[in-house]
Amino acid sequence: MRRRIPQFVCGLFGLVLFAVYFSQHPVAGAINETVLRAYWQIIFAFTLLVGIVSFVRINLQAVERREERPYRLVSLVGLFIMPALALIWGIKGDSPFMWVFEHVQVPMQSTVFALLAFFVASASLRGFHARSVPAAILLISALLALISRSDISVLLFDQFPGMAEWVRSTPSMAARRAILIGIGLGALTTSLRVIVGIERTWLGSER
Amino acid sequence: MLLSWTALILNAQITWFDMHRLPVLIGTLLSIAIVLYATYNKRSRDRFRMREIGGLKAVEDAIGRATEMARPVLFTPGWGGDIQRPTTIASMNILSHVAEKIAQYDSQFVYPTHDPVIMTVAQEVVRESYARAGFPDRFVEDNIRYVSSSQFGYAAAVEGMISRLKPASIFLLGTFEAESLILAETGNSVGAIQIAGTDSTIQLAFFIVACDYTLIGEELFAASGYLSGDRSILASVRAQDILKILIMLLLIVAVIWATVAPSSEWWCF
Repeated sequence: MRRRIPQFVCGLFGLVLFAVYFSQHPVAGAINETVLRAYWQIIFAFTLLVGIVSFVRINLQAVERREERPYRLVSLVGLFIMPALALIWGIKGDSPFMWVFEHVQVPMQSTVFALLAFFVASASLRGFHARSVPAAILLISALLALISRSDISVLLFDQFPGMAEWVRSTPSMAARRAILIGIGLGALTTSLRVIVGIERTWLGSER
Repeated sequence: MLLSWTALILNAQITWFDMHRLPVLIGTLLSIAIVLYATYNKRSRDRFRMREIGGLKAVEDAIGRATEMARPVLFTPGWGGDIQRPTTIASMNILSHVAEKIAQYDSQFVYPTHDPVIMTVAQEVVRESYARAGFPDRFVEDNIRYVSSSQFGYAAAVEGMISRLKPASIFLLGTFEAESLILAETGNSVGAIQIAGTDSTIQLAFFIVACDYTLIGEELFAASGYLSGDRSILASVRAQDILKILIMLLLIVAVIWATVAPSSEWWCF
């Protein structure tokens, strides 16, 4: 019973949302909106509470054990200070909440994002070792794309941008579409397995 | 509100079916029929053979390595998806098998996520896997953690975990966006064996370069059948292959038709 009811609810909503997709009736739109937005927000709000309790417990335990204490304290202070600022002064443009968001959170996020440039460089260096024929083709294609993006490409050979565009729009796009067809079919069969109850791992039971 | 809904339902002026989506409906119903037929009409003598998938074959080795090195196994579903995505469900299926092996080997395990709903489902999946392996007492709920809903907050948290815990094996399976390379390269720098898989074609390129094994596209969805050997799931994977052949035939016909009669655009639905 513990698994049958969720399985039934999942199957029912799967079928309803499938049917709703093919309708332009306002009722169908309303069902879609209710299930995918309103119900989802309710579920998310409850589980967010569970997530935050778990986050606070894990960090408090680590602080007690003196394990990575500074990081844990910063996490906990951040978690409590932001809602406190929002509740006291609101979240308007000139509020302390927005100041912290713009001058602390946004720069930190940009810093992490900026790391990507270095990681792309190190990953490219490793990926472009021409140890096999496919790796050599990858290297040539990458060099072509790289050169075509710089001003020097037209000076070297005026066909470079056109060749790079052909690589992007023809062989590269063909490979991407083949992968996307596989992904689409995989997603379809996985969803069907969940809706009809063949796949029940998400309920905590394998079969 | 009930009255307005009733009025809307009974309004004959509004059509229920969107005719523009008829070709999609036909295609989808045909696909569903093939998948269901293949799944429910498998004969007991039918043998399902799936080609070897390197990334899935390496799962046990990766967990064994973590046990030998006394270092944890890290599994994360990425920042890009929520529980509604088939990719996340596929990731949960692999998690179930990975967690069962981890329970058997008594390895350390950590599962950071950006979504509290995924956290709750993952806790249930892992708890069941530990119970199935016969070691429910080894399950630690706090190993499955919510870290942050912010993309780079999540990336920084997981990156920090990888740097500090130095996991021997990392599973990056789910929907990834810009954080994919940050995590994969950090994992590479600590010498972890990495198995990755995603439905994002852009991030796949990064995973192929930075990880030891990459599940490309449909391999992620077929993993459940491959790892469990469940005949119903394997039959549905076979149905996928049948659909792929049909799509290929349709593409060939469309190409020929487009060449012979360029003005005809029946395939552009």
